[in-house]
Amino acid sequence: MSLLAFCEWLAATGGSIALHESMYMYPLVESTHVLALTVFVGLAVILDLRLLGLVLRTVPVTDITDRLLPWTKGGFAVMVVTGILLFYAIPVRTYQSIWFRAKVVMLILAGINVWVFNNRVFLRVDEWKLDITTPKGARRAGLFSLILWGGIIVAGRFIAYNWFDCDIQPQSAFVNWAAGCVVPPPTP
Amino acid sequence: MLLPFFQWLESLWLGQFIVSSNWLFPVIESVHLLALAVLGGAILVVDMRLLGLGLKNHAVTQIAREARPWLVGALVVMIATGVPLFLSEAVKCYYSQAFWNKMTALALGLVFTFTVRARATETESVRHTARRQAVVGALSLALWFTVAASGRWIGFS
Repeated sequence: MSLLAFCEWLAATGGSIALHESMYMYPLVESTHVLALTVFVGLAVILDLRLLGLVLRTVPVTDITDRLLPWTKGGFAVMVVTGILLFYAIPVRTYQSIWFRAKVVMLILAGINVWVFNNRVFLRVDEWKLDITTPKGARRAGLFSLILWGGIIVAGRFIAYNWFDCDIQPQSAFVNWAAGCVVPPPTP
Repeated sequence: MLLPFFQWLESLWLGQFIVSSNWLFPVIESVHLLALAVLGGAILVVDMRLLGLGLKNHAVTQIAREARPWLVGALVVMIATGVPLFLSEAVKCYYSQAFWNKMTALALGLVFTFTVRARATETESVRHTARRQAVVGALSLALWFTVAASGRWIGFS
């Protein structure tokens, strides 16, 4: 089963239709998704800015990872659950959205960024946790994180707009390719 | 009485310029959202501390002082992007209950943040001030939550 066929099957399930057509559930889930952003990205930004030596300079980096990161993770869990529900409500259009696809790519990159940070420079955090100017690897991780989550927020917001939707043709060949649109060949 | 004023606001060139573009509203809105994330972090880290959560082994005064430029900076961006968004749909906002809820909570939140909350973060939390500071933190969270939630709801109405 192709991913598109899976999304089409998902869109035909009762739960997806109910959520899509609900008067209050969908806006409520979307509002939760947006508001949890303040907890998740907001607190992630605090850590990123600390890694860049721009906020809470006298607070050891480990205090932030020990005491704030659990809240960041809690916010992330809410983002994931509500995000999956939002996809579930509108599977096909979302799957064929270039913004959603860009968001997924950036999410993967953000995940890799965390993995590299945890398995490289953070292993030696006791050596630099008090430093205002953290090691290059830590600063790079903070900067990448800020850029990627910023991009994820913008791409996520743009999913709501239909400029590049598959059912709005003609689109450029690049958009049709990137969005995975199924376009009938032009009739001669 | 206010409606003609809102109609006039919407007729100004800035609002009309945004309406005439497919891209401007979403782009400004995205910046509004980016600043929301920063504002959230700057408020949360201090309010959590007031509630005895998060960075509780550090001084309230110090965390508030460090967070303050980011709080003020994020607020400036929020207002600088929020005003044009409003100007592009002032009449819709006039009829939106969510908009009026947001403006009420925003006015209260701004006054509260720069008076009561600012004072509460100037004193170190010791036993007899900790409970008062926790109340301030909870009120701050409630006010700003209302601003954000009703702000999101403007888009659904």
